[in-house]
Amino acid sequence: MAVIRDVIPAFELFQPATIDDAVRLLDQHGAEAWVLAGGLDSMDWLKDRIKRPKYVVDLSQIKELRGIKEANGGLEIGAMTPLTEVVHHPVVRDKFGLLMQAAELVASPQIRNQGTIGGNVTQDTRCWYYRGGWNCYRAGGNTCYADTPTAVNREHAIFDADRCVAVTPSDTAPALVALDAQMVIRGSRGERVVPAEQYFIGPGIDITRMTALKPGELLTAIRIPATWAGAQFYFEKVRDRQVWDFPLVNVASAIKPDGGNIGSARIVVGAVSCVPRRLTAVEAAIAGKPRNEETADMGGKMAIEGAQPLRYNGYKLPLMRNLVKRAIRGSEGGTWTS
Amino acid sequence: MDLLKWGRDPWGEWVLTHISWSLFWGSLFAGILFFVAHASYVFLSAHHKRAATETDALEARYKNLPTKIPRHSLVARLFHWVMAAAMFVLLFTAFLPIVGVQFPWVTWHWIAGLVLTASIVFHIIHASFWLDFWSIWVGPKDIPEFKAEILRELGHDVPGPKPGKYPLGNRLYHLAIVVAGFLVVGTGMFMMVRVRTPLFARNPYLFRDSTWGWTYVGHGLAGVGLVGLVIAHVYFAVRPDKWWITKSMIFGWITRRQYLEHHEPSRWAVAGTSTSTSTSPTKPSERV
Repeated sequence: MAVIRDVIPAFELFQPATIDDAVRLLDQHGAEAWVLAGGLDSMDWLKDRIKRPKYVVDLSQIKELRGIKEANGGLEIGAMTPLTEVVHHPVVRDKFGLLMQAAELVASPQIRNQGTIGGNVTQDTRCWYYRGGWNCYRAGGNTCYADTPTAVNREHAIFDADRCVAVTPSDTAPALVALDAQMVIRGSRGERVVPAEQYFIGPGIDITRMTALKPGELLTAIRIPATWAGAQFYFEKVRDRQVWDFPLVNVASAIKPDGGNIGSARIVVGAVSCVPRRLTAVEAAIAGKPRNEETADMGGKMAIEGAQPLRYNGYKLPLMRNLVKRAIRGSEGGTWTS
Repeated sequence: MDLLKWGRDPWGEWVLTHISWSLFWGSLFAGILFFVAHASYVFLSAHHKRAATETDALEARYKNLPTKIPRHSLVARLFHWVMAAAMFVLLFTAFLPIVGVQFPWVTWHWIAGLVLTASIVFHIIHASFWLDFWSIWVGPKDIPEFKAEILRELGHDVPGPKPGKYPLGNRLYHLAIVVAGFLVVGTGMFMMVRVRTPLFARNPYLFRDSTWGWTYVGHGLAGVGLVGLVIAHVYFAVRPDKWWITKSMIFGWITRRQYLEHHEPSRWAVAGTSTSTSTSPTKPSERV
């Protein structure tokens, strides 16, 4: 069945100049409103006519949503700050290199110029059944087409599937969870701040949403505390092609050494479940141990315990195990094991 | 407003997917409305109770009755409270996310569903072989009692007939719960093959999409129906004039006076009624 998709269906466009105006518009139009940040996720949905909002609220004119400020030894990054600006910001590079590494691996230079950090963490999943307009659980139906005996589910979840097996496609999300970032959310009832780890929600909590943002709410800023400033960082992303692609699996780690050993650690893996998966058991297990091949090997094995691969994504187990192993050991040396 | 949700299956056909959650709000509202309306009616109306002298006379007649009449065995009471707990867990896990309280509800929901199913199976076996199975059902024989109850509610002074072990309201409620309960359990058991549990291999292709749609709609309709039914049940359980029934579901017995005031000894015979001077026919074979 050929579907001609050449024109975006009509909608009413709003371009507010302040956060207050944007929030008021979102509150006024509720679930019929669509938030447009960099537009890179939105345009797919609109051009494919899968999402047909009546109202689009374009945030590009809100200056207060852009820019990076230093605060209390950490950073506050406006949600509309382009990824390129994040990558080149001197404090990000100097103190929070993990975020720099993650943002630099997003898609392509053109997309990083246009894409925003708020959009990158809030983007919808890439499950192709869902994005193809199939009436799946996430779209309000009662079936996960990616979790059937004949489904093509190479990119899907190996952890925490709860009816839906979609995964988070964000590269910056694991880095922000590892850095203990805080997400600043504004709505008609005021402002609330949510830890990055809780910003992302799985299908068990709400099968139709990826984040804690409710209709009418806006992510305005991301605060990164000084907690992990200057720690030893590692980010690695494995994808099918080396530019302009979403992760098959990515890993972000922040390690503070204590003498010759690992003091404290944060390890977060993306694209293996609906939310960035923080490996708290691995973090606890490697604390106090030397940062060597043996510790890394143990952490890698622990990381995949409890994984439930689907028909076509069993490869994610050795991939994740080895990425976690490398994240613990650091970037030098070592071998992959299958 | 659409009461049922539709979607296109992969072949482009429109199939049912869910009920609209506005039905949940409708059932909640209906349950609360019933509670307010009934409470107001009982408070304001000329609702007639039986005369105390009638019960006094019966007490004099049935002297041999024990002071405590067993109404619910320990097993029956345990079943009731296990089922009630499972039902509350099911309703809260199903509907709290709808009202905005979000948590991972699916696992709790299917576990409670299995507890409910097991308790219902147990109840059917227990009621069939150890209780008077037919005492809870309604039929044409209950029409005179139904008529008398309505007249009494409308303020008329009507003598007899009294119910057997279960008042007419109990039996009608049981019938409604049976219909809603079987529908929700039957559909829920099939829906379990679509979620990951240690019990079944997932099989989303067990039915075609349209059949799954009806299954989800049936489950949803029964679920929202149970919201209203549970509100009504809790309301009657806490009403002061029905508290004696609720107490009997806790302690297992009612007093001799409550037995004679609310029940017809010929329809619910207990030890002591047959040895009295009563001329009423009794059925000793009926079990408590």
